[in-house]
Amino acid sequence: MPRQLLGGEVDMGMIIQGATGDWEVVIGLEVHAQVTSKAKLFSGSATEYGAEQNTQVSFIDAAMPGMLPVINRAAVEQAVRTGLGLKAQINKFSVFDRKNYFYADLPQGYQISQFQQPIVGKGVLTIDLKDGETREIGITRLHLEQDAGKSIHDQHPSMSLIDLNRSGVALMEIVSEPDLRSPEEAAAYVKKLRSILRYLGTCDGNMEEGSMRADVNVSVRRPGEGFGTRCEMKNINSVRFMQQAIIYEANRQVDIIEAGGTVDQETRLYDPVKGETRSMRSKEEAHDYRYFPDPDLLPLEFDDAFVEKLKSELPELPDEKKNRFITELGISPYDAGVLVAEKEVADYFEAVAKGRDAKLAANWVTGELFGNLNRTGKSLSESPVSADALGDLIGLIKDGTISNRIAKEVFEEMFETGKAAADIVEEKGLKQVSDTGAIEAAIDEVIAANEDKVAEYRAGKDKLLGFFMGQVMKATGGKANPGVVNKLLKPKLDG
Amino acid sequence: MSLDKATVAKVANLARIRVEENDLEPLANELNAILGWVEQLSEVDTENVAPMTSVAEMSLRWRDDEVTDGGYQQQVVANAPAEEDGFFAVPKVIE
Repeated sequence: MPRQLLGGEVDMGMIIQGATGDWEVVIGLEVHAQVTSKAKLFSGSATEYGAEQNTQVSFIDAAMPGMLPVINRAAVEQAVRTGLGLKAQINKFSVFDRKNYFYADLPQGYQISQFQQPIVGKGVLTIDLKDGETREIGITRLHLEQDAGKSIHDQHPSMSLIDLNRSGVALMEIVSEPDLRSPEEAAAYVKKLRSILRYLGTCDGNMEEGSMRADVNVSVRRPGEGFGTRCEMKNINSVRFMQQAIIYEANRQVDIIEAGGTVDQETRLYDPVKGETRSMRSKEEAHDYRYFPDPDLLPLEFDDAFVEKLKSELPELPDEKKNRFITELGISPYDAGVLVAEKEVADYFEAVAKGRDAKLAANWVTGELFGNLNRTGKSLSESPVSADALGDLIGLIKDGTISNRIAKEVFEEMFETGKAAADIVEEKGLKQVSDTGAIEAAIDEVIAANEDKVAEYRAGKDKLLGFFMGQVMKATGGKANPGVVNKLLKPKLDG
Repeated sequence: MSLDKATVAKVANLARIRVEENDLEPLANELNAILGWVEQLSEVDTENVAPMTSVAEMSLRWRDDEVTDGGYQQQVVANAPAEEDGFFAVPKVIE
């Protein structure tokens, strides 16, 4: 049975307390990210998800004899962009190899991939941890390869059905160093990678549709000692499952070692239904890939100008954006992290904040807006309140037209009806009252109606000030300017 | 480098080529003869020579990202031993 984990400090990594002492978990990830492109890596057939079976298949993708692969320029550009986004070494000379294995959804009998000379070398990815802390994770490499087709096992009693629409679609395999030390860090890594890919527009990051899948390598060791034997869990397509798989697998390995056994290096399958990993021994022999350079393809070469052009066109990436939000706009590191995770959110926030109080804008976007979107199950693009409309509302708070409390009420109505803030304020007569005469009258009324409390206050119960504030706000329907009330109330109470 | 019977059997299995038991030994001999012949190349000093990647003095041709192919499901599955509603149908493979 998996024992309880001692998660502890996230940046300390996960420690498993075994019967014989502490164990550290070591994780490395291989993420397969589908390249965003119209056509496939080596053929001109379409890549769109969800098409009718075998309608996006060329004779190249079906591995008919005599067909030759021709590389798609966009796939090369996307790989280089991604490499630049990971601050990685770009290899102007790389080689395609054949990775040989036998499977029904791999018509060629080999996958065209890159083995010893990938298009992108070492890079780095900064993961965001709790409390705004960050940690750098090494990227080993990124290479281009073909995806396989799809096998469907549950639609026919005795046959497996094969759809080759995905066959030949370009993938980037992005390999991390074994630098991750807990399921939380692994999750942060995948989320950050996804965010960067989406900013770059090189992969849509859609894990449900399989555009991003991870192979997870897990081993355990005594803290500070050399690496243990690792097991690989293939094709995990959800961050939650990945974390569960790591926890189960790390505990399994600790149990084996503590019982005097040794961990076998092998491929294991994570079963989310049972919450366990199990051996895929059948795959073992298939893993003798017999790589060799693909004789159908010359080396992939490009020059510095090609890389420089792509570099000059890169968008601002989440780390830089986060940094700018913190230093230039004064947003907290935590809020900045939340706002930049999705480019769409960051763009929305910037539109709201433009020319306005950025901190206030951040509070409204992460607070009221996200709250209402979550409650109604809407995405940001479906928000009934546009960035401009929210900006106008914040403008009304800032210039004293309405109080923060009233603004929340107005926002609810904006979200409900899509009306403009100013119109709602006008229609409902919600304008903040700063007229001292009207406020004074309200204060006098409240004092007259609460003589006993006034006496207590004067006898030294200062805390009652809040009570009187509340009563005055209530008497004015929440429209009194709290600053003005505060200024007028105290002298009157003091007599 | 020398191949034994077991290695030949393994390679044949990986390549999905059926080789009968009594053909393994002769096949190992043939393969070893080929390997021995190729191994003569190792006599050449290649210390400061970059690996040759192609005999053709040309560079890889690139293609623009346009959808120019596909859309012929029936032709794709036409030669399949078994077909089911536009899918290739193969003996059930389950992990």
